[in-house]
Order: sequence, then structure tokens, then C-alpha cells
Amino acid sequence: MLLVLMLAPLLTGFIRKVKARMLRRRGAPVTQPYRDLLRLLRKEVVLAENASWLFRAAPYLIFAATWVAAALVPTFATGLLFSWSADLIAIVALLGSARFFLALAGLDVGTSFGGIGSSREVMIASLAEPAMIMVVFTIALIAGSTQLSSVASFMMSSEVGLRVSLGLALIALVMVALAENARIPVDNPATHLELTMVHEAMVLEYSGRHLAVIEAASSLKLLLYISLIASVFAPWGLAQAGQGPAAYAFGIAIYAGKLAAGGFLLALFETAIAKMRVFRVPEFLGAALMLALLATLLMFVTRSL
Amino acid sequence: MPALIDVILEGRRVDAHRPWPRAVVDAEVWRFAVDQLAEGHWSLLALWGETAAVHMALLDEGVGDIGVVSLECPDNKFPSVGQRHPPAIRLERAIRDLFGLEPEGATDTRPWLDHGHWGLRYPLGSKPTVPAENFSYDFLTAEGESLHQIPVGPVHAGTIEPGHFRFTATGETVVRLEERLGYTHKGIEGLMTGASLDRATKLAGRTSGDSTVAYALAFARAVEAAFGVEVPQRAIWLRALMAEVERLANHFGDIGGICNDAAFALMHAHCGILRELVLRTADSAFGHRLMMDRVIPGGLATDIAMDGADQLRVLVEKIRHRFPALVTLYDNTTSLQDRTVGTGIVTPALARKFAAGGYVGRASGRLFDARRALGYAPYGELTFEVPVREEGDVDARVWIRIHEIEQSLSMVEQILDRLPGGAVYTALNTKGLGTAREGMALVEGFRGDILAWVRIGEDNKVARCHLRDPSWLQWPLIEAAIEDNIVADFPLCNKSFNCSYSGHDL
Repeated sequence: MLLVLMLAPLLTGFIRKVKARMLRRRGAPVTQPYRDLLRLLRKEVVLAENASWLFRAAPYLIFAATWVAAALVPTFATGLLFSWSADLIAIVALLGSARFFLALAGLDVGTSFGGIGSSREVMIASLAEPAMIMVVFTIALIAGSTQLSSVASFMMSSEVGLRVSLGLALIALVMVALAENARIPVDNPATHLELTMVHEAMVLEYSGRHLAVIEAASSLKLLLYISLIASVFAPWGLAQAGQGPAAYAFGIAIYAGKLAAGGFLLALFETAIAKMRVFRVPEFLGAALMLALLATLLMFVTRSL
Repeated sequence: MPALIDVILEGRRVDAHRPWPRAVVDAEVWRFAVDQLAEGHWSLLALWGETAAVHMALLDEGVGDIGVVSLECPDNKFPSVGQRHPPAIRLERAIRDLFGLEPEGATDTRPWLDHGHWGLRYPLGSKPTVPAENFSYDFLTAEGESLHQIPVGPVHAGTIEPGHFRFTATGETVVRLEERLGYTHKGIEGLMTGASLDRATKLAGRTSGDSTVAYALAFARAVEAAFGVEVPQRAIWLRALMAEVERLANHFGDIGGICNDAAFALMHAHCGILRELVLRTADSAFGHRLMMDRVIPGGLATDIAMDGADQLRVLVEKIRHRFPALVTLYDNTTSLQDRTVGTGIVTPALARKFAAGGYVGRASGRLFDARRALGYAPYGELTFEVPVREEGDVDARVWIRIHEIEQSLSMVEQILDRLPGGAVYTALNTKGLGTAREGMALVEGFRGDILAWVRIGEDNKVARCHLRDPSWLQWPLIEAAIEDNIVADFPLCNKSFNCSYSGHDL
């Protein structure tokens, strides 16, 4: 659990660095997000006069929910501390409630940007979540479990083979991950244009430690999604529960490699594409939903695909 | 339809005004001119005030005639132009704010540049007054179900100039946008009055920093026209060289900026490199990155550096080598094209009505370029094309810039090939004609045509100077372009116009 928390800002920093290098800029050091978080933690909080308790509580709720969700995803070893307690559906639910609070907080102060951000976020979420659930169904049907640890173990075994539905589910999950993490082409994490923001618009009013906590939560969420994709679709090198320290060390190294590869691909993709028009996003996510649905249907129609 | 010159002849010709005629007319002729504007026979170039007079610069696009009509207003009133011809509304509001001249029959009587922070009203008028206690500004309303307002600015998140935008939207669709400008009012017109020529030249070059060459050139040409001075050939050609280099730098910046607003940072990075190359070459060739204070009345402050011509040739070579790949990248990135094509359309009719210059006009089918239409030296001797498109969307404005970069590159080469020798400065004959002299100039900056009008008093100081930024006629078009687009596309539209706040706010 600590590992994911410590690694998350590094991943964000790494992606930013890769993007900068692709634009032939030098870029900030990969440790910059840590410094940003520290700086924000030391700053005082400026609250809007009409902010309610919800506005103050939301960052912690969001962070807690995201952290717990991240802790449920196998990173370098199966057999997690909490894997008995929650499964994939719980992860989706946790992320959903985090988003719910963020959208509420965006509306709470009553600024127009917060309102725009929340409305866009909810529009995106209403399509991204069903797609996500469909992906979960597909995976659960194939693996016979919604526990991520057992899914990962199953995926590593030889029973899986090459399945069309898994391929569809992977594409759908990647699309959902892009939308959920406010990446290009759905949102631009680096923009300064208030009118085009989605995620950033909701957190515009936050400052100091509240902002630090929200930023940490977004980093965690990105790490969560990459870990999730890695553990379900590329589970190789995961240490099994009860194996020795050597296996764990090997697992960590492989995991770091997977994160780096995921981050690199994301940066590459983001550099090569422009942002979508807001009303194109539903089409984009609709495609994700359809793919995921198709994957599930394929599973029902024929068990072997 | 009478020619512009006939109208001028009806009035009392002002002999000291050069190079185009100016006539003092009566209210009836003034109204007639307004009718001609409203019916679209002529275009409004500028409308500016004085302590007790208003002037209107007109362009007859068919024959390329330019003329100025002036109306004396002893009782501080003049018949409104904006009432019949909307492009004049903001110009009139500015005249009222600065000089206290009341446009009679005007539909919009709100202040424009005056935000109630000056400590007095009508600062340049015959009798400045104390401002009213409670200053208020009402935005235009939009009525209907589920409309909501989004105030943006004046302070924006990026390092850009201040301006307030009030959106009324239904969901994501913009129903109405209203701009409020004037936040960068520097009192250029007030500072100009009574300034020496040196100081006035500096002021002109600082009206809008990104087009400092074009502004200084417009001012210098107006002063030279007033004095009737012949500028050395070498200075004329070098001025054009600087103007084209300035255009290159700004167009690169704009193309990158537009793509960046669609979150396509790759173009931004590459265009940034090209722009920086241009600026550095300008620095070593002319001694200043933006070439500020190089153009002065009478010629140039400094000649081009010894190796300046060679450096510029190398620059052109480098750009020719790198730029086509970027154009291909722009053209082939579908996700980017999806954002720019069909976004923020300005109809040709509207562009013509507002006489919008530069890429805004030329992207909407208005073929006007002061370099071609007036052919001021040395452009009459250069071969170049004026690109024009009909679509009027963001994409068209990008393409106009791309083509203009190509044309400017070719012009830089032509100028370097044919650069004459000799001096770069002739002193103005300031020893007295004993009367006031007036001059006017229209110069194509990167945004469009910049108009400069100047009256030099007997003491060789500036008695009155008006600089009309092209943005005066482009800002209102954004309001039309964004209608029915979505809120999130506004930054993209706005960047494709890239209007000047500073030049507009004076």
C-alpha cells in the first residue's frame, strides 16, 4: 500500500519527463511531483467564503477512496493484504464514489468553472463507468472470479489462450483509463485554459494541502489504472503469495518495467494526438462501451472466445 | 453611387493633409457618408475624435480610394455612425470616453475604455469632469430557459493580456459572448499629445509590442507624409525587410499557439523553435529581438549589421527546410483537423461589413492587403501573392498564416537580392512652414492594416495622433464567430484571431 503511494508521483513525473523529451524540451526532473506535493502541503489553505464542510472533507474522502482502491490492485505480487475483502467491483465503486465527491466539491463553491467541470466530468463518467463494469464482467466470466489476485493468477496459467473478448476488453479498458485519468484526448492535464478543463476545472478552487491531497489522488489513480491493465493483461512476473524474497524482488523489478512501459506509451500517445471536442467524448466512450459489451456478449455466445 | 472624392469635394479641403485628402464637411454630408457605409459601398477604416471634432477615414474598396471626412462639433455632439453601421459602435464609445463627444442616436451608450478608475471623465475633452460616484456596467442580456452565464477574466491563467469575456451558454453551447476590453489602457493618445517626435515614435512602437515594427512604420510614414520628406531607398527596403521578419515571427507563434490550444503540443514546440530562430536572427541583424525603435521618421535608427543579410539568408534556408514538414503534420493530424475545421466561422458578409483586415478578413474572402491594395514602397516592386480563403473557420485562418509565411520568405529573399546601398536616414526639415501639417498612413502589420494619423503642430510637436489597431475591427467578429460553438472551443477561436488587447485599449 505504501509502495503505490510512494511510486505514484514518480510515475506522473516520469510521464511528464518523457513528454517533454518528445517535444525536445529538457523537462522538469522526474522527482518534481514530490516537490510539488511537499510545497503544497506547506502552503496555507485558501477557502472560498461560501465553501461548506463538504468542500473541506472531499479531498480526504477522494484520497482515501482512491488509495484503498489502489491497494486492491496487485502490483508485483498476488495475495494482497486486503484481497479477501474486496474485488474489482469494489474498486470501480470506490473510484466512483471518489468522483462523486469531487464533482460535488466542484459544484459546492458555486463558481461557473467548477460547475462546467463537474457537468463534463459526470457526462464522461456516465459513459465510462458502464464500460468499465462491462470490462469487469468479461474478465470475471473468463477468470471465474472478480478477485484481482485470482484473476491475475488465472491469466498467468495456460488455460487462457488467445481470446477475442479479452482483446476487446483491453481496448475498452485503455479508453476508459484515458478518460478517467483526464488524459489527452479527453482532457488536457497540462492546460491553463479554464474553458477547456474538466478535471482541473473542478479543483480550481482548491489550494494548499487540499490540492496536494487531490493531486496525490490523481497520481494514484493513474498508477492504479496502469497496474490494473498490467496485472490483468500482462501478469507475467507477478510473485505468487508465499514465495520467497527473491521472487518478490524480481516481481518489483518487472513491475517497475511495466509501469515505465505504460507511462512511455501514454506519453507517446498524448504527443501524437490533439484533444477532442467535448462532444466527441461521448462517441469515444460510447465506442469503449460497445467494445466492452461486445466482449461480454461474445463470452455468453461462445465460452471459448 | 458617387465616388468618395466627390464627397470630399463637397467639403472644405484641408490642404495640409497628405497623402490622401481630408475635408471638413457638414452634418448632412457626414450622414450621407454613414449611409454609404451602412449600404456597404464604402468601408470604415477608422473613426477618431479630437477636442471638438470627429474624423472618419473611409475606403472605397472598388477603386482603392481613401479619404477622411471631418465634422466639427462645437456643441460636443455628432450624428452617430454606429447607429447605422455597427462596426463603429466601439470606436464611438471610445471617443465619448476620451473626448466627451456625444454620438447622437447611438444605440449603445455604455462606456468602453473608461472603467471608472481614471479619477476624471473625458480626460482629453474640452472640459474634463469629475466621474459619477457609482460606476456600473451592464452586460447585454440573454433571456431564455436554462441559460447560464460564465464570466472569464480579465485575469487569465496563461501569461496573456487581460480582457473580460462574458459567456451566456445553454449547456455547452454559447448563446452570446460579450467582450469587455480596456484593461490595458495606457493613455497613448493623451501621452502623444504634445510629445516630441522622438518620444512619439517610441510611444507608437509600444502601442502593441508584437507589431512594434508595423506601428513604428505606420507612424513614421504618417509623419513623413506630413513633412513631405523622401526617405532613402535603402531605408525603405530595410523597413519592409523588418516588417516581413516580424510577420514571420508572429505567424510562427500563432500557428503553434493555435495547435497548443487544441492540446497538440508538438506543433507548439516546433513552431516555438522557428520563432526563436527568427527572433535571434533579428537580434543579430538589427540589434533587437523585436526590432523595437529601429524605424524612425526619416528612415532607420541603425543600418543592418554587416553580416545581417547572410544571417537572414541562412534563416530563410532553415525555415524552408523545416517548415514544410510541420505543414504536413498539421494537415495530416486528423484529431487536430477535427478541432479546427468548421470551428468559429466568420461569414464573408460580416468580414466585409467590418472591413476586417489581415488573416481574419482574408480567411473570410475579403481580399484586402495594404501592401497590395496601396502598393506602398517597396511592395509595388516585389512579387507576392495575397492568399485568400472563403471558409472563414479556424483552419482557414491557420492556412492563411501558412501561405503568408511562404510569401514573406520569398519577399525576404527578394529584398536581400535587391537591397540598394546608400544612407538610411534623412533628417526631417523641421524648420518652419509655420503651419500645422497632417499625415496619414496605412501599413500592413501581421494582424492587418494599421492606420496612423498624425497632426504636427507649428512647434514640431505632435498635436494629435491616432493609431488604429486592426483589432478594433476584428474583436467584434469573435463574438459572432463563437455563436453556436461550444464553450470549450473559445480558446481555439480566440487564438486564431489573436487580437491585440494593448493596441485596442490604447
